[in-house]
Amino acid sequence: MATKTQQSLSKDALAMAADTQKPRQLKYVWDFQDRIFRGVMRSAGSSVLVIMGLVGLFLTLRASEALGSVGFSFFTTQAWEPDSGNFGIAAVIAGTVIIAIIAIVVAVPFSLGTALYISEYAPRRIKRLLITMVDLMAAIPSVVFGLWGFFFLQNEVTPVAKWLSQNFGWIPFLSVQGSDPSDPLTSNTVFTSSSLIAGIVVGLMITPIVTSVMREVFSQAPIGEREAALGLGSTRWGMVRNVVLSFGKGGIIGATMLGLGRALGETIAVYMIISPVFVVQPRILENGANSVSSLIALRYGEATQMGMSALMAAGLALFIMTLIVNFAASSIVARSRSGASS
Amino acid sequence: MTTQNIVEEQKRQLHGIRIRDLLTTLTAATSAVAATGFLFSIAPLNGVLTFVLIAYVLFIVFFALITAIDDDREGVKDRVASVIIRSAAVIIFSALVFIVVFTISRGFEALPYLNFFTQDMSLAGPLDPLSSGGILHSILGSLIQIAIALAITIPLGLITAVFLNEIPGKYSRFVRTMVEAMTALPSIVAGLFIYATAILLLGVQKSGFAAALAISVMMLPIMIRASDVVLRIVPGTLKEASLGLGAGAWRTAWMVTLPTARSGLTTAIILATARGIGETSPVLLTSGFTASLNLNPTEGPMVSLPLAIFQFVKSPEPTMIARGFGTAAVLMFLVLILFMLARILGSDKNVFGNLVKNIRKLTKKKVA
Repeated sequence: MATKTQQSLSKDALAMAADTQKPRQLKYVWDFQDRIFRGVMRSAGSSVLVIMGLVGLFLTLRASEALGSVGFSFFTTQAWEPDSGNFGIAAVIAGTVIIAIIAIVVAVPFSLGTALYISEYAPRRIKRLLITMVDLMAAIPSVVFGLWGFFFLQNEVTPVAKWLSQNFGWIPFLSVQGSDPSDPLTSNTVFTSSSLIAGIVVGLMITPIVTSVMREVFSQAPIGEREAALGLGSTRWGMVRNVVLSFGKGGIIGATMLGLGRALGETIAVYMIISPVFVVQPRILENGANSVSSLIALRYGEATQMGMSALMAAGLALFIMTLIVNFAASSIVARSRSGASS
Repeated sequence: MTTQNIVEEQKRQLHGIRIRDLLTTLTAATSAVAATGFLFSIAPLNGVLTFVLIAYVLFIVFFALITAIDDDREGVKDRVASVIIRSAAVIIFSALVFIVVFTISRGFEALPYLNFFTQDMSLAGPLDPLSSGGILHSILGSLIQIAIALAITIPLGLITAVFLNEIPGKYSRFVRTMVEAMTALPSIVAGLFIYATAILLLGVQKSGFAAALAISVMMLPIMIRASDVVLRIVPGTLKEASLGLGAGAWRTAWMVTLPTARSGLTTAIILATARGIGETSPVLLTSGFTASLNLNPTEGPMVSLPLAIFQFVKSPEPTMIARGFGTAAVLMFLVLILFMLARILGSDKNVFGNLVKNIRKLTKKKVA
């Protein structure tokens, strides 16, 4: 703002001018209506914090009895017999993680493909429709996925699981106990209700949310860089790989973790498919699996006070696990070049 | 005089499908299916899924080989990537359509019976034919629970969304992060929470009201996030105009921000409803189970559609399973209808379409 006239002014005048050029104090007096309104808004906003706080608080309070009685062995015991004091979440946590990993392995490639298709390949006319369909898929109730998994997918996956175990049984997690690989007439029941089937169903359930986050990120890839790549003679895939994918790297990781958070918490579909076992069961093709949430759904009805407390402790562990995964996901998304978009 | 041969460069086609690609795809697909059929006849393989998996892998290989005849490395990569991406999308969308169609088609066994919609299950045992008993209790139960949940979440959710947009700052950023974390709250934990507070601590019995509270915990973050996004795109100039004319924060939100975003907010509410109505696990812990009709949400167990499905298919009886699929079909129809409603209300008259209408409405009022 230094103009010639200002430079020729005396020091006093300069000081005065500087004084008057200070930003005016804008004192805003909220009227009564607005003060109430702002108060209501703030308290509504706080309600979310209160609810989340209460969830943590009450689960901890209710869980303290069970946690106090078994101490650290809660994390190492595989059995679940709360009334005889022998219980822990080692088996169910392992089961939850196994199912979630299978779900991620199923969901991420398909989501990546679908998100790229919608944002890069789909004709403009059907783009809106496809986005709506992804949203719709996210709203399909999990009990419907469970029905489909149990009454349809199970029969289709069983022969594949059998074939896998017969030909790749030497890989530890693909082996199946109680089935003789050389006997082609092995009963199929040993391949039902496995982590694999539950994982595939959960994978399909989280595909929409993962897809929509990825698509959102991809669609923000800068148009200038896209055009530059194409203008330099890149093929479409070359452009996608070097511009869209490298731009959306953070978004892809974030979306994957977001999906992981969902997969960890899925209840009903898993409950309907698996047959619960209380040992760490790493053989994914074999009958028998477990997860924290399906344990709660399975045992809450018959639980005594101690049993309920133990279930609350399991719920608390699940709550903390999903919170950590989710915060990690959002911080990765926020720090990536594509920014917090979800 | 030399005639210069001007070689016209061919434009690279980036969109649309070329005839050559179509033929290549067809050729590769046919030969993959044929080769897989051959493999199946010589090796001990069975199962539809196995066939599809092997055929797909062969298809990609053949496709790459055919493209490689007259394209360079980059070209082959481009075509193969495009085929893989397209097929991923095709698989996911057909899986979606298939799940919906599978549920509804298996539900048709129970749907033709009128009593399925007018009776409850109190007089029908597991061995009774489909001509007796129905799901009236769970349809009404679902509607009552979702109504209570909406009565809680619409005001709370919308005001929170307005808060996130109107009072920006550190606090609202933190709230937004927590809302995001809450979206990922496992549904069974929401059920456990209501069980621990409302039922064990406050002494509310297992009822429709407790179930509605658990559903609200699940719906609230979805509603906040969806309406937050909508409110964010309300043009700032509109709000500034309102404030500049001397309206307070409350009048601006009530007369300008919310009406402008009305269609988007409706969509947000409907989407949250569609999610809430399908929640099973929070309800499982909080509503109790009954086979008879109960219209009182504060007393006695009350069943909702997803919970009824869950209980039906636990039974090994074919008629009960048929009822389960029938109920699932009803639930899917409900979700689909809600979705179409959301699209119709949210698409055509979008935020900016509404804008013009609202300005007209406001000016009309002022003149009159």
